[in-house]
Amino acid sequence: MIQVRELANIVKKDNEMNRSGQEKKSLDIIDARTDSREILSHARQQADARDFDDVFIVDIDAHIDDISAWPEIMDFIEDPVIRDAAGSFSGGTKRGAFHNGTPGLQWQNVWGRIPHGQGLKEDVDDKTIPRAVTLSRRAMDQMGLDYQVVFPNALLYIGMHPVKEMEIHLAKAYNRWLVEHVLTIDPRVKGLLYLPINNPEAAEETVRKYVGAPGVAGFTITSSRHAPIHSNEYMKLYAMLEEADQALAFHAAPNWEDEYPSQLNRFISVHALTFVLCNLVHLTNWVINGLPERFPKLRTLWIESGLAWLAFITQRLDNEYLMRSSEAPLLKRLPSEYISEMFFTTQPMERTNMNLLEATMDAISAPTQLVYASDWPHWDFDLPSSVWDLPFLDESAKRNILGYNAANLFNLEVPEKYQKRAHAAE
Amino acid sequence: MREIFVANTDEIEDRERKVIVDGDLEIGVFRLGEDFFAWENNCPHSGGPICQGRIMNRVIENLDENKKSHGFLYVDEDVHIICPWHGFEFNIRTGVHPGDSQAKLNGYVVVVRDGGVYVEIE
Repeated sequence: MIQVRELANIVKKDNEMNRSGQEKKSLDIIDARTDSREILSHARQQADARDFDDVFIVDIDAHIDDISAWPEIMDFIEDPVIRDAAGSFSGGTKRGAFHNGTPGLQWQNVWGRIPHGQGLKEDVDDKTIPRAVTLSRRAMDQMGLDYQVVFPNALLYIGMHPVKEMEIHLAKAYNRWLVEHVLTIDPRVKGLLYLPINNPEAAEETVRKYVGAPGVAGFTITSSRHAPIHSNEYMKLYAMLEEADQALAFHAAPNWEDEYPSQLNRFISVHALTFVLCNLVHLTNWVINGLPERFPKLRTLWIESGLAWLAFITQRLDNEYLMRSSEAPLLKRLPSEYISEMFFTTQPMERTNMNLLEATMDAISAPTQLVYASDWPHWDFDLPSSVWDLPFLDESAKRNILGYNAANLFNLEVPEKYQKRAHAAE
Repeated sequence: MREIFVANTDEIEDRERKVIVDGDLEIGVFRLGEDFFAWENNCPHSGGPICQGRIMNRVIENLDENKKSHGFLYVDEDVHIICPWHGFEFNIRTGVHPGDSQAKLNGYVVVVRDGGVYVEIE
């Protein structure tokens, strides 16, 4: 006679045997060391579902892994004393040498909730090419990108460096490393070079040296700085960029040190306000001082302030200008008209109210002036689906925002397969 | 309607999960004490792999009777799953975002039978 306990064991074994035949593939927890191809596996699924291989997509703001490459970058410092001094940092590893990072990059991961927010820590076996290129390729393949325009992390703050000339040392080293060491590897990776405008002559030299260099898409001013961009000392720089048919980008960053933001006690507040505040100040100076009238062919791009601020600033400046036009005598049109001819990046796209987003996109002529940016691998990155899935844009506008506007802005070559598609559509 | 075997009950520890793949479907099954909950591995924000994120308690502001703040507190009974892409948090029992009742995870019925955990699929 079979005892009850034995019967239970037999049933349990039967169940386990049945279950073993149904074993499903399982997915691991994503942590700080997870391969970015795994982190972005759903991005690939989205790309496949939307047939993004048939959509020309340019990500004009992804962040290169300059933090890991910092020791290499330090070797490109020209000044022998500063280059040697870099070796004294972090136990001789050069990691973080001369950084003046404000609390910003360190707060990306929302106190451990977003593992990749502390930078991608994954393994890269291929040592024959820079790790940064491998990471770019992984992201491009998963998101379905044709080009990725990269920008550094550590340099976002050096416009505020207490040692003014350090901006020049670090910018020169980064630009050389990027152009000579990274942009030569994969034609899909493009770069925006850093303009150290605390010294206008050094910025002009950067333009002279790198205009037309392979892989260089344009030039960037980091917006976290106290430098009135309408100052007369910058006119030569802007003239050079206009003459060379180069785009000028202003890349936002957080700032917790300025007097007003120093009152904020949470990083959510700092991020929400100061990524916008810096570009609000610079764009206002750019418009009110009539820079679009002085340099009508110079294309400007405003990066990583999102879009919601544009509904505010277009209305605000128009309203004030009509009452105080004597203070902005170079303007011949409303401020909003100049703003609607500038370029803006999508990310981080505020999309909790579609009516407001649609009105904002209308105000800035999004179908021709908006360009997609992911900001990968930062914590508030946007995928191409963020544009493709918008309910109020037609497909032509979506394709422009995802790729063709960027191609126009940066003079990027559109791959032949898309040119054929465009011809077929005609 | 069909059932998918996920794991034996003792294979999923308290405050842990197993994320399985069934064709195009990815489902995370979570254990809180003796209760199991199943959610689609797809964040309603932008499609991130929500079930593969960190499990943490809900955070609340520590206010005293005079409405003065004394920082943060964890709420042990409100356990959240956090999307590793952007940090969206959802209560593992309800599947609802703590600050937006409209933001919800897509759930499945869990069946615990004979020491095994199953989810029902339409």
